[in-house]
Amino acid sequence: MEASTKCEMQLLVNGETKSVVARQADTLLFVLRNELGLTGAKPGCLNGDCGACTVLVDGIPIKSCMMLAIETVGKAITTSEGLHNTAIQRAFVEHFAFQCGYCTPGFIMNAFALIERHPDADDSIIQEWLESNICRCTSYKEIEAAVKTVLANHPSIPNDDHF
Amino acid sequence: MAIGKSIIRKEAWDKVTGRAKYTNDFTEKGMLHAKLVTSPYAHARIRAIDTKKARAIPGVRAIITGEGLPLTGEDLRDRPPIAFDKVRYHGEVVAVIVADTLVQAEKAANLVHVAYEPLPAIGTPSEALKEDAPLIHEQLGSYQKNKHTYPEPNTNIAHRTKIRKGNMERGWAESDVVVETRVSFSPSDHIAMETRCATAEILPDGQIMISASSQSPFMIKRLISTYFGEDAGNIVVHTPLVGGAYGGKAPVQLELLAYLAAKAVRGRKVRVWNTREEDMITSPVHIGLEAAVKLGATNDGYIKAAEILFLFDGGAYSDKAIDVSRAAAVDCTGPYHIENVWCDSLCVYTNHPYAAPFRGFGHSEQAFAIERALDLLAEKLDKDKWELRRKNAIRPGHTTPTQVPLNRSNVGDLPACLDRLRELMEWDKWQRIEIDAYTVQAKGISCAWKTSTIDPDASSGVILTFNSDGSVNVISGVVEIGTGTKTILAQIVAEKLKMDVHDVYVKMDIDTQTTPEHWKTVGSRGTFMAGRAALAAADDAIRQLKAIAACILRAPADDLEVGGGKVFLRDDPSIYVPVKDIANGYKYPNGNAVGGQIIGRGSYILRHMTPLDKETGAGKPGPEWTVGAEGVEIELNRRDYTYKILKAFAVIDIGKVLNPKAALGQVMGAMSMGLSFASRETFLFDRYERVLNPQLRTYRPIRFGEHPEYIVEFIETPQIDAPYGARGVGEHGLIGMPAALANALSLAAEVPLNELPLFPEQIWRKKKGDIHDSF
Amino acid sequence: MIPFEITYHRPRSIAEAVRLFDTLQQQGKKPLYYGGGTEIITLSRLHLVAADAVIDIKHIPECRALESNPHELVLGAALPLAALEEADPFPLLTKAASEVADRTARNQITLGGNICGQFFYRETVLPFLLSDSQAVIAGKDGVRQCSIHDVFQRHIRLKPGQFLVQMKVDRSYASLPHFHRKRRKQGKVGYPLVTAAAIKKDGQIRVALSGMCPFPFRSTEVEERLNARHLSLHDRIAGAIQALPRPILNDIEGSAAYRLFVLEQMFFDIIEELGGE
Repeated sequence: MEASTKCEMQLLVNGETKSVVARQADTLLFVLRNELGLTGAKPGCLNGDCGACTVLVDGIPIKSCMMLAIETVGKAITTSEGLHNTAIQRAFVEHFAFQCGYCTPGFIMNAFALIERHPDADDSIIQEWLESNICRCTSYKEIEAAVKTVLANHPSIPNDDHF
Repeated sequence: MAIGKSIIRKEAWDKVTGRAKYTNDFTEKGMLHAKLVTSPYAHARIRAIDTKKARAIPGVRAIITGEGLPLTGEDLRDRPPIAFDKVRYHGEVVAVIVADTLVQAEKAANLVHVAYEPLPAIGTPSEALKEDAPLIHEQLGSYQKNKHTYPEPNTNIAHRTKIRKGNMERGWAESDVVVETRVSFSPSDHIAMETRCATAEILPDGQIMISASSQSPFMIKRLISTYFGEDAGNIVVHTPLVGGAYGGKAPVQLELLAYLAAKAVRGRKVRVWNTREEDMITSPVHIGLEAAVKLGATNDGYIKAAEILFLFDGGAYSDKAIDVSRAAAVDCTGPYHIENVWCDSLCVYTNHPYAAPFRGFGHSEQAFAIERALDLLAEKLDKDKWELRRKNAIRPGHTTPTQVPLNRSNVGDLPACLDRLRELMEWDKWQRIEIDAYTVQAKGISCAWKTSTIDPDASSGVILTFNSDGSVNVISGVVEIGTGTKTILAQIVAEKLKMDVHDVYVKMDIDTQTTPEHWKTVGSRGTFMAGRAALAAADDAIRQLKAIAACILRAPADDLEVGGGKVFLRDDPSIYVPVKDIANGYKYPNGNAVGGQIIGRGSYILRHMTPLDKETGAGKPGPEWTVGAEGVEIELNRRDYTYKILKAFAVIDIGKVLNPKAALGQVMGAMSMGLSFASRETFLFDRYERVLNPQLRTYRPIRFGEHPEYIVEFIETPQIDAPYGARGVGEHGLIGMPAALANALSLAAEVPLNELPLFPEQIWRKKKGDIHDSF
Repeated sequence: MIPFEITYHRPRSIAEAVRLFDTLQQQGKKPLYYGGGTEIITLSRLHLVAADAVIDIKHIPECRALESNPHELVLGAALPLAALEEADPFPLLTKAASEVADRTARNQITLGGNICGQFFYRETVLPFLLSDSQAVIAGKDGVRQCSIHDVFQRHIRLKPGQFLVQMKVDRSYASLPHFHRKRRKQGKVGYPLVTAAAIKKDGQIRVALSGMCPFPFRSTEVEERLNARHLSLHDRIAGAIQALPRPILNDIEGSAAYRLFVLEQMFFDIIEELGGE
């Protein structure tokens, strides 16, 4: 019988330190969803292909299905539940940039980080970043419009609350 | 008030904050987890299943195999929920492991050893129809079936739909020119971002509680009752928000496994959840097709005869594939006036994953076949491709292939769609231009149409309840799969009750015990059927409000109006009573109370639907035909055959645009799916018919940045019996896209491209002159 | 998720990493060095990789080196591809890296992971093959440096317990005229059909390919034929095609015949762009 590799980890998620017990082999996605009840990040493929599991680790978009939870100890994790009334969320709503909503948290995390990192992003940078996420419902046209609206208005629209 | 406005969907903020919950997001401590053991072969006898090592894994609570299970299937019961004796497709479930954790179930599943004896596997419908083809269903003649399903025992034909309209001899005689063409494509997938998931729990009092990511929560109830003999009243299905479906979550599969798993552990709650690989091949897929079309036309371009053969690759089991093949037959000619039609549409068994409905339900498949033939016909007649379609466009006064007479209400205005498309595409300016030595731009068009072919007694119900502040709750069995229909229903109710749409709340989740039934959330029928039911419920509520208000205001109910949160006297609005004061009973100043809760009830059932005649196909399968005209503009690099889709157009007669941005989103999303399917989506099989690309890494849909410019407009010819005249539109954007793309690329490359997907290598091969045998 | 148990280790130095590997092996465990982890996690899920322990090298300073001195570029094997792209010390490498997987994945996929991993494309090795780079390898016998060609033949040849620490590139190579093109079956994200990287050094074209065969390679025979200026352009290319290792891949991305068709055009474009007069 395999020995258990469970251990206690302190994870910093959305500005809050959380104590979780998980296997060392557990992915960040699994721990966020099953130990912390943060189900915004979604399993779409568990293979790093679709982006539905995207969260931010120290501000950088990461596919949480391909990262071990234990690796993130000491790093700041941000999930969609940690963004409150940000410009990108408002823009997604106003531009009808989602339908079923399953890919949306992943897109929003990636777009949020893109706008922070490249407030003057051009088409090629936008495409490079956002082609990491698949949306099956929309034509991507509304997502493009939402992201470009926020870029155009940046930084005059304040981001209310995020970690 | 609310109709015609781009009202933001009710659940929008939940979705952008990660707080919206889908089936797999609900976890309960103590819940058990199932893992599927699936077949690595496409066709094989199961010799033995050894579960000894698997059982030894700590935490394993049950292992279920296929013995003694009833056969399932919606039209023809040919499918064991877990394979028994034989596996018939790569990925078929052969065992289910139930364990405390998913990891334990995984470990155990990996240790199940199955001994198979491989059998020759069939990979195309035409192979399946050969004289000496192995039989995939040896017992085809003994399967239970419904009345209008016609399997052909001792063959691999699950069902044949016949369309015989007019007189073919006369039709050919009247034709000066005849063209024949063949098209084909393999099965592909819906790849909704949320993979399928179902949980089941059986309580000691007998209640069977299912939760499922499904388009058919009410059908789950019906089928578990039918297949397993459970009382329908004991089965309660919960469906929350669904992360995309496109037809793939209409069939019932995982729910049966969850139920069987729960039974195996004394009713404890078990969850079955598909990995992407399982979602792609174990669960049902997008149907494949081989088709032959023969068209006859006069020299001046009037089509006189059509002979169509559809061989659908329904895969290993018929389930919903039969209905898809029937739906394609029903509208086999496309939206054109053709008096003499002969069509045989076969649902054929192969050793491929079995088919589910795919957005369009047989219509993008049908359109691809017909529209390629039309372009060929136009070339042969030396006529403009748009002209040919315009000339033959179907109109009120014509009949459909199943001989339904069309009128201004039950069919949209195709000529108007075509006229507007021509303008938008600047069709007359050019259709093919050579930009430079390597670059060619070309345009391609296709018409699209569809009626739904759901059960003739399909119905929908809506309940309205009131809150203490006079706001309203809309409770409907339509599943919110992303179409935004739930918000549309709120708009319809707001319009009818003349209230602010923000005061209309919608229950997003379905609970079959308390939510009135909506047949299935399919067929672009949500708005129509649930909308009618919502209007009826609103009328019912209005009647009740007026009845009570009549007492309080001491005026006849006929003199009263409901609007703006009040029930008021039509000729003197200053005399009124607020809705919130009567919605839950009215209290007189002296304390007496009258009335009670206002509960609005409404339902709608499709009317005048009839099954298809077995020999002629005559019958009325659907209430209306939505039509549209679509096109694409592409740029082909003739040196390496790569291409860009520059623009995609659609002009659809939607009857009434209830929510402009939502409608545009639906149509563009559907167009994108159609273009993705046509340009790069297919399962690739090895010579043993195993799927080589069941991952999003190797089955790659269109991504951000590959999207063309979308130009979409709506025509509004009201469907008189629909809510505010609105026709359904969830699927139609997809229907003409594959054909339009193939038409444009064929024109650009100057070689007929009749196989999907349209990979650059495909175009290169056609140019080289490689023969691709489809039959 | 990974359906078996592993322990996670985070050494702070090369010596610690090597020692850890040895210790775990002595305990009868199977350790794996761990970069971005993307391959280990996704392949473990499908039971295609087995391990008892992962040794994360991303916190070893040498493995994260990103130096540009007058003599050479030093690129740590634990650097994520996206970080390398943004720093852009070696433009050809930036082009090669930026086509791997997608941007978000590249925030994790490391240089070492891409070069030493199981997936046989290993596109980021192409610029190093072209620039005759040096590989710094750590193992039980200490840290040593050698030519990439000695340690990478179709795939990295490491002894158990060894791992790639850094790649070193002679500075002059970073600014040479270069070419990079990745053709896929369809679209802009996905495995290559054909990836060709080339540089022009001392008037000679060097070319390295991925996607044609189940390994990336640079071939002297192919380069000889391409550079045979006394022949016609057509004959040079035909000769290069003939000199390719066989068999050419024939798989779900495309047929061998089509790959050759695409490569032919790439050779033509390489000669035209880099000036193979």
